[in-house]
Parts: sequence; C-alpha cells; structure tokens
Amino acid sequence: MLVRLGEDAQSNALKQGSTFRPMAVPKVCGIETEYGILVRGAENNPVTASALLINAYTGAVHDKVAFDLIAEDPRRDARSPDPLDPYEFDPELEYVPVNAVLTNGARYYVDHAHPEMSTPEVRSPLESVIWDRAGEEIVRESIDAAQRLVPDGAELLVHKNNSDGKGNSYGCHENYLVDRSLPFGKVTTAVMAHFVTRQIFAGSGKVGCELPGMSSDAVEYQISQRADFFEEEVGLETTVRRPIVNTRDEPHCDASRYRRLHVITGDANMSEVATFLKVASTAMLLSAVEDNPDLEMPALASPVRAITQVSHDPTLATAVQAFDGTTIRAIDVQWQLFEIARNWFEQTGGEAVGEADCALALKHWERILAGLEHDPRTVADSVDWVAKHRLISAYAERHQLEPSSAALRAIDLQYHDMRRVKGLASRCGLRTIATDEQVSRAKTSPPETTRAFFRGRCIERFRNEVLAANWDSMVFDVGADPLRRVPMDDPLRGTAELVANVINNSATAKELVAALAEPNE
Amino acid sequence: MPDRIQRKMPERQSEETIESDVVESGGSATDDLDDLLDEIDEILEENAEDFVRSYVQKGGQ
Repeated sequence: MLVRLGEDAQSNALKQGSTFRPMAVPKVCGIETEYGILVRGAENNPVTASALLINAYTGAVHDKVAFDLIAEDPRRDARSPDPLDPYEFDPELEYVPVNAVLTNGARYYVDHAHPEMSTPEVRSPLESVIWDRAGEEIVRESIDAAQRLVPDGAELLVHKNNSDGKGNSYGCHENYLVDRSLPFGKVTTAVMAHFVTRQIFAGSGKVGCELPGMSSDAVEYQISQRADFFEEEVGLETTVRRPIVNTRDEPHCDASRYRRLHVITGDANMSEVATFLKVASTAMLLSAVEDNPDLEMPALASPVRAITQVSHDPTLATAVQAFDGTTIRAIDVQWQLFEIARNWFEQTGGEAVGEADCALALKHWERILAGLEHDPRTVADSVDWVAKHRLISAYAERHQLEPSSAALRAIDLQYHDMRRVKGLASRCGLRTIATDEQVSRAKTSPPETTRAFFRGRCIERFRNEVLAANWDSMVFDVGADPLRRVPMDDPLRGTAELVANVINNSATAKELVAALAEPNE
Repeated sequence: MPDRIQRKMPERQSEETIESDVVESGGSATDDLDDLLDEIDEILEENAEDFVRSYVQKGGQ
C-alpha cells in the first residue's frame, strides 16, 4: 500500500504500529566494496594491479591462499596457490585472477577491474561496520605489501570511492537476508523511497556531475557518489542500466526460505556512523515490512529522477514529486521512515536487527536528521558528504578556487585515499563506532553468530585441506577419499555456539567431516 | 578437552558519547579547519590537474 505523503503520514505510521507481528527473519547482512585502483609511474593496468594488491596481502600475511573454484570459474586451479606474477599475467583472460577467502570469513578478489572486499555475513549493523573497517585495514596492509613489489618509481593508489568523475562507477553493495515468503513487490515498496533519500546521511559527496547529458560542472557539488548512475527503478543489471532496486535472486542459502536483497545504490562510506546508519535503517525498514506486509510506506512518483534531484542539492531544499502528486523534501521522507522504524522498534523490540543496534541507530538517525535540518555543518563528524563539503568549501575560499578546479576534484578523490599518509577522511574528525581492538581482531577472526564462523575458522585451522570455500559450502580434500562438500545452506548455522567445539576437537579436516556427519553435532 | 570459544559480543561506546558534541564549538572548529587546510596544502597531490586527469577507472558493478 502506498501512503499519502502529507501531514497524515506520521499519524498513519503510528496507527499501523499495533499491527506489527514479530516474524522478521534475522537481518544477516554484509557489505561488498569495489575499490578504485591506479598505478602511477608504470603501466596502469587495473586488473594486474588488483591482482598484485591482493596477492601481496595473501602472500605476505598468509603462506597459502584458499581459492573458491565453484562459484566463479572452474578453470581456476585451486591447487596452484602461488601468487601470479601480475606483470606476466594476461589481463585479457576473463576469469577471476585472484579469489581469496580469508580467515575472517571475507572474500577478497578481483572483480572486473577492481579489487573487491566482501565482508563475511554478520548478524548486526555494528558488526557490518567492524568487518567493513577491518576490510579497509586489510586493503591498507595490502597497499604496503604491494608497494614493495612494484617497479622503482611506481606507486599504487587505492580509493574507497564509487566514481572516477568521468562517468565510470563501481559499487559498494549491501546484502540483507529477507524472508522468501514476503513478495518481492513488498520488498520494493519497503526500500524504494529509502534508497532515493537515505543519501542525505549516507552519501559520500562528489565534486561535479556525471549524469549523462549534463556537463561535468553543471553541478558544483552533490551529495552522492553514485546517484548519477541509476536508470531504472527495478531490474537485474548491476553494470549497465543500473536499477535502484536490484532483483538479482541469488540467495547463496536455502532459496525456499530466504532471499538475499542485493542493494547497489549505496556509496562507499568513510564515516563509520554513515555505514552503521545506512545498514541499520535499511535492516529495520525491511524487518518492519516483514512484520507487517501491508505497512504503508512513503512512495515517490519518479524515483530515478528523484535520486539525482536529491543528490544535486546539498541545501536539501529540493522537493521531489510524491506518488500522490504532492511534493516532498528528502529529509521529510526520512522523517517518515524514521517514525516507521521507531514505531516498529517500540512495538517489536527490534530483535531481527538487534535491540541495542536499533536503539543506537535511532539515536543517530534522529540526531543526524535534526542536524541536517538545522545546519548540515553540525553533522560534519558523521556524514561523509558534509565532511567533504566542509573541506572543499574552505579550501576553495582560502585559495580563491573555481568550483570545478582540479584542486577541489583532487581533494574529493583524496578524501577516499586508502594510504595513511594521504587519506583526508581520517583527518576530518569523523566519529567512530567500532573500537580499534574490534577492528584489529576482525582482520583475522570471523563473526561468531553466522556461518562465516565455520568458513573462517576452517580456513584458519585446515588451510591445506580446504579445496574451495564458497558462501554456502566448503569443499575439503581429505586425502585418499573423495572430496567432501559441507553445505552451509543456513546463514544462521555454523556459528561459534554450534561448531566451535567440533572444529577445535578435530585434528584434521577428515575428522571434522566425520564429526559433522554424526548425529547431535 | 579443548576450551570452548568464548562468545564475545562487540562492546559499545557509552551512550553519553553519542549525545555529546552535536554542535561544534565555533572557535576550535575553525582552528581545526585551518590546521587541516594547512595539512591539505602539504599532502594534496602535487600536480592536481595531472592527477585528476589520470584518475580513470573502469566501470564496475
């Protein structure tokens, strides 16, 4: 059902509250980040550079790499773990040149022409921040290791951003576990207006415009890295004609029970608060619709047009067309969604997302919306586009620069630079949510409350016997016997509680597989 | 018998820290910003024009 977007909306949301029935499936989630990569001072081949980056890490930090050979390409020989020489490697071959599964349960690989880090499946938004940040630290260590391998005078640059400013975009995707019984149309209704408007707190900011048909300097500064690249409301594509709601139905788990909502609209965030709120808000709204499929959600008349209208106006004053013919500002849509999420939380306790995470997210959500409404500069410690805008505005003023000047575009890029000595985001006083200790541990340890625990711990303990690791299965080489595949169809099994003992008690993969086959294990 | 792995739930910052410093104090924020701009002058890519021009990525997902 579609809600009227006028003044009744908040009271509508409140009236609906009594109808929430806590049935939502746990919002297991994860983040996949494609990083920008550039070689200076040597041949700039992004595929070989990405392979070098990852191999330098897996070769330097681990002595051997576990390769997935099921999901991506059977031509990849999982038994040849030696790092490829990136400068010998033929980039024209269309297989995944590097595809590592790490002991923290993450997947670190070359996707198209970018290094990509997929966090392990986690059970809460806070955990998604911790493992996303751990991914950043792994990338930083990779840069340090790779820098020792590039020719003299060459330099490897890696950016956690989503666009090169020239019309080329690469994604930061989120994934959420959704109940299969919820019709996909309801999923779309739950998130469409959110995906158009959440950029006001989750956008990472960009100098200039990349919307086809508009000149680069038609927009001085916009809220989102990614908004210019969406052409459809709903669809299957991810690299062309990108849709706001992606319909890829590849659950990587029991398809009879679950969907995996694959979200491609988001910006890669440097702010932990932004990552946290992006994931938490989306997880809460999905849960609310699972708990009440007839919940009325805000609806926009033209989401594709609206996502750029919102992005192109950092004053937040622009009103976009609502489904009912009225107009509404993005921040007012967000206030309505905030009320729905808060109401859902108060009615249900928020168990599907985690009570503490919901409470924390609602505080940040309210604080940031109020701050944006009052004066966006007040949330420069939480919102990437505001933090970057503050730098760019002040720098332009100090040096009397034109809005489209190269120096400002360089600051834009450098905000996302992963090199410690160059990165600007880390110098902006952004708030943190995860502790250094949590992030440090998450570089090598898996989350304990999803199947990622089983994956990560098996790779750590039985590295030489793991032939392949995939999201939903692992294949062990147990010597003379046939290969053994262990299915992991349920993301909520394979947790520390369920399998830590049996992994610890098994001296070999063969013992592990035998123990798992016994009843009551 | 091997030790059972302890389940460690992530610790959180206290809620007080969330409520604090919602609004920047004018003076120190300005000083911080000036310091930061000085630092940007030092570490910004030397030839910004070349850097921005050479920053070309292949489209991804």
